[in-house]
Amino acid sequence: MRQRLINRRPERRVGVFLAALPFVLLLIAYSLGSDARLAENPSDKLLPSFSSIGDAIERMAFTENKRTGEILLWVDTSASLIRFVSGLLIATLVGGFFGIITGLLPYMRASLGTFFSVLSVIPPLAILPILFIVLGLGETSKIALIVLGIAPFIIRDMILRVEEIPSELMVKAQTLGASTWQIAWRVVVPQMLPRLIDALRLSLGAAWLFLIAAEAIASQSGLGYRIFLMRRYLSMDVILPYVAWITFLAFFIDWCLLKLQQKAFPWFAASRSG
Amino acid sequence: MTAVTLRNIWKEYGDNVVLERIDLDVEPHSFVALVGPSGCGKSTLLRMLMSAEVPTRGEILIEGEPLPADPTAERGVVFQRYSVFPHLTVEENVLLGLELQTSRLSCKLFGGAKRTAMDQARSMLEEVGLGHALKQYPSALSGGMQQRLAIAQALIMRPKVLLLDEPFGALDPGIRAEIHVLMRRLWQETKMTVFMVTHDLSEAFHLGTRVIALEKDRTRPEELERYGAVIKHDLDVWPPKLSDLEAHETVDSEATDDI
Ligand SMILES: Nc1ncnc2c1ncn2[C@@H]1O[C@H](COP(=O)(O)OP(=O)(O)OP(=O)(O)O)[C@@H](O)[C@H]1O
Ligand SMILES: [Mg+2]
Repeated sequence: MRQRLINRRPERRVGVFLAALPFVLLLIAYSLGSDARLAENPSDKLLPSFSSIGDAIERMAFTENKRTGEILLWVDTSASLIRFVSGLLIATLVGGFFGIITGLLPYMRASLGTFFSVLSVIPPLAILPILFIVLGLGETSKIALIVLGIAPFIIRDMILRVEEIPSELMVKAQTLGASTWQIAWRVVVPQMLPRLIDALRLSLGAAWLFLIAAEAIASQSGLGYRIFLMRRYLSMDVILPYVAWITFLAFFIDWCLLKLQQKAFPWFAASRSG
Repeated sequence: MTAVTLRNIWKEYGDNVVLERIDLDVEPHSFVALVGPSGCGKSTLLRMLMSAEVPTRGEILIEGEPLPADPTAERGVVFQRYSVFPHLTVEENVLLGLELQTSRLSCKLFGGAKRTAMDQARSMLEEVGLGHALKQYPSALSGGMQQRLAIAQALIMRPKVLLLDEPFGALDPGIRAEIHVLMRRLWQETKMTVFMVTHDLSEAFHLGTRVIALEKDRTRPEELERYGAVIKHDLDVWPPKLSDLEAHETVDSEATDDI
């Protein structure tokens, strides 16, 4: 009998090919489109040719600025990454802390549960002006936007995950003589750390959104700043590689978090699938 | 050696009466097997004994004292599932109780104290036949091994009362027989009082010194919610395993096993 579609899996090499296929198709479509437009109008800027993109990459990523001696791509990347990572770290610490104690302590839940639910539906971009007014246009307000943007999600996710711990385990810990503090420290926190990484991975997309928005609006450096600056000159040859670079960074950070989770919490994958 | 007394226990969830008029005097070092149809409130009774649930009416006494409001280390538990901590290895699971007991703040032991605790944990694990799996995580263990781990974890605290909720329900007969032998031995060595919920009557009579059957008195559909389960049968198992053991101890008679 023929195997059902849901049970048929590609072998390894076919799998690699299938994964690469959409990217290759996209590139082909792009180059066809680009060639067609350039044939009609050689000064068209919308779909630059691969060679002019290559020139732009050379200019942005490998050539030092004559005056300052800086390489623009690295200046932008490090400025963005510092903001991004600080925002993520603070959001993780704040989110993990409040999420866990709120999920664990009924009194905390009674007083903070609704508050966090309300907090999480405020559109962060709507309070960006407030952040700029209160914290100024410097780094603080950009990091604060990332934190305010993703911490409420992390908090709510952590509350749910703590509540998911089987009540049997909580009773069991108490029958081993554990105090509230000990249960938090030895049972809840260790079980929440890998789930915190999950929550963080899910909020990476939102974090990038807030970072680039903040950089686009008020900044002198950063990947988002550069893209929005180049828009004025219709420099698609710079914007496209920058977008690809941001995509790569986002993907790489996500991958690192996944690896960290697998390395640091070997029990987690097994207990989740079981 | 711990006596447990239940005085006129009722348990209701909203309008649903689950248990009513439960009166029970349990002698020290008894092995009480609780049986009854599914949903009759066996787990509920056990949860009340571990202070995870409060009786609607009535009181529970342990050695004449009212039950504390929280679960305590005096009353160990083993559930059918979720009894062991997935983020700790076999060894750490057993060590945890000792660590929590002796180090209130950091929850970790160091140096000599750590070594003593490790030895204790290892010999307990040897005893339940898990000496070879110290570094494994529970997810890598079979069901029977997980339950043996849960028993070791509970027993390292030297509880006065052990509460078991269908602890061997999911095990195959061979492994179950092995664990029965282990359970019997540990019960006799530690002198604890055991309550065990089971669906298996032969297990109940094999391990128990006393078998208690819970069941609803009224079975008409419209009455089901209004009336809870009561103690329908209360049987002492013969030959009495307890006095048999004590005979061993006092007279040191030749080993006549009661099975
Ligand atoms: N938290 C709860 N809220 C409301 N009703 C509950 C709750 N816990 C148990 N019950 C009810 O109490 C009754 C007894 O449940 P319990 O789990 O004690 O049964 P059981 O005898 O252990 O059954 P089983 O043999 O299937 O494990 C059931 O009718 C159940 O619906
Ligand atoms: Mg039950």
